[in-house]
Amino acid sequence: MKSVAPILTVLAAIVVLWYGAAVWLNSQWIYDQAARAGTEVTATQVLTETMVQDRPVLPAPHQVAQGLWQGLTGQAITSKRSLVYHGWITLSATLAGFVLGTVAGILLSVGIVHSRAMDMSVMPWAIASQTIPIQAIAPMVIVVLASLGIKGLLPKAIIAAYLSFFPVLVGMVKGLRAPEGQQLDLLSTYNASRAATFWKLRLPSSMPYLFASLKVGIAAALVGAIVAELPAGASSGLGARLLSGSYYGQTIQIWSALLTAAALAASLVMVVGLIERATLKRMGMAR
Amino acid sequence: MIWTVGAIAVWLVSWGVNHYIARHHPNAGWAKLLVPVLFGATLLVLWEGLVRGLNVSPVILPPPSMIAARFAQSTDLLWGDFIQTILKGALSGYVIGCGAAIVVAVLIDRSPFLQRGLLPVGNFVAALPIVGIAPILVMWFGFDWQSKAAVVVVMVFFPVLVNMVAGLAATDALQRDLMATYSASYGQALMKLRLPAAMPFLFNGLKIATTLALIGAIVAEFFGSPTRGMGFRISTAVGQLDLPLVWAEITVAALAGSGFFGGMALLEKAVTFWHPSQRAK
Repeated sequence: MKSVAPILTVLAAIVVLWYGAAVWLNSQWIYDQAARAGTEVTATQVLTETMVQDRPVLPAPHQVAQGLWQGLTGQAITSKRSLVYHGWITLSATLAGFVLGTVAGILLSVGIVHSRAMDMSVMPWAIASQTIPIQAIAPMVIVVLASLGIKGLLPKAIIAAYLSFFPVLVGMVKGLRAPEGQQLDLLSTYNASRAATFWKLRLPSSMPYLFASLKVGIAAALVGAIVAELPAGASSGLGARLLSGSYYGQTIQIWSALLTAAALAASLVMVVGLIERATLKRMGMAR
Repeated sequence: MIWTVGAIAVWLVSWGVNHYIARHHPNAGWAKLLVPVLFGATLLVLWEGLVRGLNVSPVILPPPSMIAARFAQSTDLLWGDFIQTILKGALSGYVIGCGAAIVVAVLIDRSPFLQRGLLPVGNFVAALPIVGIAPILVMWFGFDWQSKAAVVVVMVFFPVLVNMVAGLAATDALQRDLMATYSASYGQALMKLRLPAAMPFLFNGLKIATTLALIGAIVAEFFGSPTRGMGFRISTAVGQLDLPLVWAEITVAALAGSGFFGGMALLEKAVTFWHPSQRAK
């Protein structure tokens, strides 16, 4: 717990810097207004006015907190202006995609570990595909699927699945190969079948690797779901909030949607972390 | 019909060849190259054959030959987009962001207090959907490449910072003691021991950052851009249902991404030739 004080110091420094930047960036507008009206503004006036603008260049932290609070609790959670509603849209696409991508990644990794030909042909492509900016194809997938009549949750889930697929695949291939030669030799002296080796040795020893990649995968799935909401047409979800905020200059709306996304990402990673700890503890692998 | 059957036949034959190679020459150098190449080529043939055989509309999925033709036909357009997005946006942001992260890592290295505070925050930020700040930065820096570079700076900063700080802590007590017995100053120990020892970690971060840089530069263009750039072209070509052009842009992005990553990997090989992961072959 000795790192609590440093973390709080860093966070406090960020807030102070943020306020400073808000004053600096927002003051320009006030000077312009004053020059246009032919009046002089005092330093205190500038200071107070930079804190309460409607469409500031950089909203002050308390404005963002207010916007966030308003968005979360200000109206019924089914309202189109509620961040809970938009967050839920994004979250459902994220989770659906995450489950799809994880299952596909695990299945393919099982195939790769058991088939030498598959390993040699698929793995180089799987690794190479991680160097490709996959998010760039999101709008295309959305539009093409929409022209096929598929709309709503599924296209977003496919992009989220695609993004969480590769971390899980690469991590699981590593994990399923984690047992040492000695352990594999022991099972072959028992005359264990391939299936038995898989269930009793490979799968259990891959768990730490699986959870490490699940954490990466769920964060990637959330990014995928948000990016998938950017192309025109999406009217709900955190990505759509970001886009409409940027169209209409509603900076406070952008920042609150951004913070909601951040909180969502943090809590998703934390939930996976909790499941990891419980699972590894039950399996006697906790360190 | 002939296309479908032909494609599936090619697929089966090449699958058999791959099985044969994997079974009989699993460790030959040429096999490690030939098998994935054969697999990739088979995928392309299968794609071409199925799209033609099943009469899939090019609006949904154009065949590879059509994409290649569009690519060859519009090289000028693609080159302009490449300069705008990759060279101006992604590369300048990448250099600034990684440079800043390395400098900050060396600076906070002297203060354990700052490290304990910044690292958890950095780890947290590295997992966030940072792409989301793109609209804000586009608002601040305008539509041209400067805003894209700014998004890239923010996206690459934290992964590189976290890796560099871990790298600077990677020397063990024995090595630092040796430096102390030489009565090396802080600067000397940094230059001769700790920076070289940090390189494997740094390159790990730099390689992750290559993909992030491209993603940041392309996605930021969805929020507003001048009338060129890969993200702009993708989103407008999708609107005009010019799917071959979209796929040509994706090909460029894939080539640029692999080239960028491969370049960093080569540089890593040259700089960290002493590391076990590079020697063991």
